[in-house]
Amino acid sequence: MSVIDSVSLPRNFRLPRVDGLVQWIVPLAIVALWQIACVTGLVPTRVLPAPSDVALAGWKLLLSGELIRNIWVSFWRASIGFLIGGSIGFAFGLGNGLSQLSAKLTDTTLQMVRNVPHLALIPLVILWFGIDESAKLFLVALGVFFPIYLNTLHGIRTVDPQLIEMGRIYGMTDSELFRRVIFPGALPSIFVGIRFALGIMWLTLIVAETIAASSGLGYMAMQAREFMLIDVVVLSILIYALLGKLADSASRVLERATLSWHPAFQKN
Amino acid sequence: MQTALRTILPETEFGSRANFAPHARVAREERPTQISGLPLGIRGLRKSYGDNEVLRGIDLHIPSGQFVAIVGKSGCGKSTLLRLIAGLEKSDAGSVSFGDEIQAEDIRVMFQEPRLLPWARVLSNVEVGLGRDRSSTDAHVRAEKALAEVGLADKRDQWPSVLSGGQKQRVALARALVSRPRVLAFDEPLGALDALTRISMQRLLERVWRDQGFTAILVTHDVAEAVALADRVLVIEEGRIAHDVVVNAGRPRERGSAELAGLEGSILNHLLSGDDRT
Repeated sequence: MSVIDSVSLPRNFRLPRVDGLVQWIVPLAIVALWQIACVTGLVPTRVLPAPSDVALAGWKLLLSGELIRNIWVSFWRASIGFLIGGSIGFAFGLGNGLSQLSAKLTDTTLQMVRNVPHLALIPLVILWFGIDESAKLFLVALGVFFPIYLNTLHGIRTVDPQLIEMGRIYGMTDSELFRRVIFPGALPSIFVGIRFALGIMWLTLIVAETIAASSGLGYMAMQAREFMLIDVVVLSILIYALLGKLADSASRVLERATLSWHPAFQKN
Repeated sequence: MQTALRTILPETEFGSRANFAPHARVAREERPTQISGLPLGIRGLRKSYGDNEVLRGIDLHIPSGQFVAIVGKSGCGKSTLLRLIAGLEKSDAGSVSFGDEIQAEDIRVMFQEPRLLPWARVLSNVEVGLGRDRSSTDAHVRAEKALAEVGLADKRDQWPSVLSGGQKQRVALARALVSRPRVLAFDEPLGALDALTRISMQRLLERVWRDQGFTAILVTHDVAEAVALADRVLVIEEGRIAHDVVVNAGRPRERGSAELAGLEGSILNHLLSGDDRT
C-alpha cells in the first residue's frame, strides 16, 4: 500500500491560493520586462510606451470619465448583440436539432450564410444602418449566432439515444424529456459554443467600432491614433485583453455551476 | 487501481449484507399488500428486420411470478423477444397479452447499460422510475426506499459518475423497482460486470424478486446465471423456442451444486450441438 500511497500523493497535493496566482505570473513578467525595456531605452517610447505611461494615460482618462463611458458603451453593445444573436442561434439550434422539418428548411441556408465572413458585410451594414448603434449590434449578433447555433445543434443531435429511449420507457412527456434528458445532455456542447461566441463578440465589436463609431473602445483607440497618443492606443488594446479574459472567466464560472455533474468539472 | 481493489474485496463494493438487509425488512413490512406479478401469454409472435426473420412464431405462457431465463446464441432473437414483451418494438404478427389491464408503470426494463442520467443525482435517477408519479409528494420517500432495497441508501446525493459499474447497475435496478412493477424484463443486465460483482448482483436480483413477487424475464448469454436464477430456462434457436427446461432446485440455490451444473451442461450441449453439424 505504501508504494501506492506515495504515487497517488502528488495528484492530491494542491495549494489552492497559489493556484489562482500562478496564471498571472507570465502576464506580470511580460509587463515587468516591457517596463525595463522602455526605461533602459531598448525600445523607443514612440514605438511602445512604457507600462507606467500607459497606466498614467489610463488614470487620466479614468478621471475625466471618458474611459468608463467608452468601456460601458462597448460592454453594452457587446452584451446586447450577444443576447440577440445568441438567443436566435440557440432557438435555431433547438429547432433544427429537435425537428427534421425545421432542419431541412433552414439548415442549408444557414450553412451558406455561415461561410460568408460576417466582417465582409461591414460596407453593406454601413449602407443599411449608417454608423448607428444598430449597425454594431447587427454585426455582433451575426457573429455570435453561428457558433451558438452550430454547437447547440450538435449538442442536441449527439444526446445519447439510449438515454432518450430510457426516458420514453419511463413515460416522460416530450417537455419532460427535453428538460430532463435532451437539454442537460446538450449543455456541455452549448457552453463550447458560448465560449467561441464570446471571442467572436469582442473581435466583431472592436472591428466595427474602429471602422464606424462615435463612441466605444474601438473609437477611443482610433481617435488616439489620429492624435498620435500611442499610450491610449496601447491602453485600449490592454483593455480588450482584460475584457476578453473577463468574459471567458464568467463563462467558466457558469460552466462549473451548471456542469458540476460532469467528471471533467468535479474536484479531485 | 480502484477496479483492482474492488475485484479483490467485493464486500467494499456492495456494503456488507448486514448493512442492507434491515432496510429490506423495513420495506417489506411497510408495503400494504403484496402486488402480484402478471401472467404473460404470447401467441404466434413474429418479427423481421428487412429480409432477416428474427422471430419465427413464438408461443409461450408464463405464469404470474415465475422467473424465466431466455438463453441462446447471439443473434438468435432473444433480445428482440424481450423488447417485444416490454413494448419497445412492434411485432409483425402475433400478440403479447398480460392477464390484466396494465399501466406503463407495471412493466419495467433493465438494460445491459445502466442508462443513468449523468446530470441527475442518484436519488433523482431513481425517481425517474416512478413514471407519472414522479411529481407526487412521496416521490422522495419511495425513491429512498428503493435505494435502500439495493443497499445504496448512503449514495443518494452522489453523481452517477463516481459510482462503480456494479453500483450504477444497482441504481438502475432501484429505478426499475421503484414503481413496483409486475413484470420486470432484464436484457443482459449483468453482462458488463466482473465475475464477483455478477454473483452479488444475481443474489440481489433473486432477493428482490422473492420479496416483490413480480414476473421476471431475464435474457442472458450466461447459462450458469440462467440456471442459478430461473424457475425455467427457455433456449431459443433460429427464432423459435427450441427447449423449455424447468429448474426444480430449491432456493436459495447453492452455486456450483452438482444438480445445477448438470443442468447447465445439458443446456450448453443443446446450444452447441448445432455447431458440430455445421
